Amino acid sequence: MSKIHVTTTINNEPVEFLCDGSQTILDVLRDTLGLTGSKEGCGSGDCGACTIMVDGRMICGCLMLGAEAEGKRVETIEGMAQGDHLHPLQQKFIELAALQCGICTPGFLVASKALLERNPKPSEHELRYWLAGNLCRCTGYDKIIQAVMEVAADLRK
Amino acid sequence: MQDIQYAAPKTIDEAVALVAGANGSGRILAGGTDLLVQMRSGMLSPGLIVDVKKIGELTRISEEGGGFVIGAAVSGAQIGEHARLPKAWPGVVEAINLIGSKQIQGRASAGGNLCNASPAADSVPALIAAGAIVVVQGPKGRREMPVEKFHAGPGRSNLTPGEIVVGLKLPPRAAGSADAYLRLIPRTEMDIAVVGCGVSLTLQNGKCTAARVGLGAVAPTPLLVEEAGKALVGTTLDEAALGKAAAACRAACKPIDDKRGTIAYRTKIAGVLLQRAAKIAADRAKG
Ligand SMILES: Cc1cc2nc3c(=O)[nH]c(=O)nc-3n(C[C@H](O)[C@H](O)[C@H](O)COP(=O)(O)OP(=O)(O)OC[C@H]3O[C@@H](n4cnc5c(N)ncnc54)[C@H](O)[C@@H]3O)c2cc1C
Ligand code: FES
Ligand code: FES
Repeated sequence: MSKIHVTTTINNEPVEFLCDGSQTILDVLRDTLGLTGSKEGCGSGDCGACTIMVDGRMICGCLMLGAEAEGKRVETIEGMAQGDHLHPLQQKFIELAALQCGICTPGFLVASKALLERNPKPSEHELRYWLAGNLCRCTGYDKIIQAVMEVAADLRK
Repeated sequence: MQDIQYAAPKTIDEAVALVAGANGSGRILAGGTDLLVQMRSGMLSPGLIVDVKKIGELTRISEEGGGFVIGAAVSGAQIGEHARLPKAWPGVVEAINLIGSKQIQGRASAGGNLCNASPAADSVPALIAAGAIVVVQGPKGRREMPVEKFHAGPGRSNLTPGEIVVGLKLPPRAAGSADAYLRLIPRTEMDIAVVGCGVSLTLQNGKCTAARVGLGAVAPTPLLVEEAGKALVGTTLDEAALGKAAAACRAACKPIDDKRGTIAYRTKIAGVLLQRAAKIAADRAKG
């Protein structure tokens, strides 16, 4: 079985890896590169636990092949904190208990950050639509929405 | 999943040659939001995946003679952000942007939506209403066909072996034209259409001078409902005309009964959506 050699950038670091044609980028991140922050909830594009950024767009890691990362700029949850310094969204999720089991959290954080970078002043309605592809079985969503709305307000100050 | 070859050619000719040479085991990869789901569930196991996102013509939106050509692999997010397309074709763009979540929008293409050939594909009724033309290239060269002639049945298209979709052509717009797409789903986001309806029309001095109607999820393939368009042309889109067009939509329905909706429900909704979509398109046409 011949492996595919891929050269890419992950969280601003140049990375090379070998994968086969059936492996998703989520498999590569988690199993080959040890970046286990992105989760696999459903594997079918429904839950958003695998959300990553590729060339500045939000996508489901479970529905992209590892081979497609060639020459791309990939960003994952591991790139969100600066060393020990948490991103304001991460900090606020902890403060407001916007997570319980935490499986959905990396996806919600990546997706929320992507929204605030595009739209620093989302309405709650816009935020809920933006996050429609992220499912959470624990929190009931309200605390997540509240956390993101508070961070949006803080960042505007 | 077993061993799969992956290729990302830079030209259409190479992509066509790769698919044609794979003896039926080659699959085109655009956004992968259908293909990867089907591979992962074991429904499909291609021997070769041909990623077309490195091909210029398939990944850009171009403007030609007042019309647009949407590359087959352009993502929904890219389409929604285009400077002029959403204004010229609001119905086509809202239909494409309804597909899945923001994450899905980052990848899902109109070409993939069309080629996956689901009877409920959201972009297709809007493209049919728009009079869009599918540009296809294969081992024997290029050909074009109207979107409503593209499908052969659920999951089946009229592409011949080795052919791929290059892009979708949207014609130039007459003044006073607009379109709209509505679908009915039980939720507000992330669901499959029970019925989808696209309407494109032109209004001149308050009178409808051209109209096309596309319906989805009510038959084995998305439909062009010519009688519904005819019922609107020459009218002011008054209640009587809308009622007649709705009846034409109901008459065109050959839906299935399933957990999403019964035959009677789908048929009724087709008429309701037609009336609402026509009103939205008319309001947009008036500016
Ligand atoms: C969570 C989720 C939600 C979804 N919601 C919706 C929805 O609301 N409405 C809806 O209509 N769909 C929905 N879909 C289905 C899917 O996202 C769409 O059909 C999408 O448009 C497919 O585009 P793609 O670029 O990802 O196609 P791909 O998966 O890359 O391709 C789809 C099929 O078409 C073939 N193909 C692709 N491009 C070409 C080409 N240029 N020439 C020849 N063959 C080609 C592929 O080989 C494959 O068989 C959803 C999917 C998911 C996972
Ligand atoms: S694991 Fe990718 S969307 Fe659920
Ligand atoms: S915290 Fe458990 S799924 Fe969201």
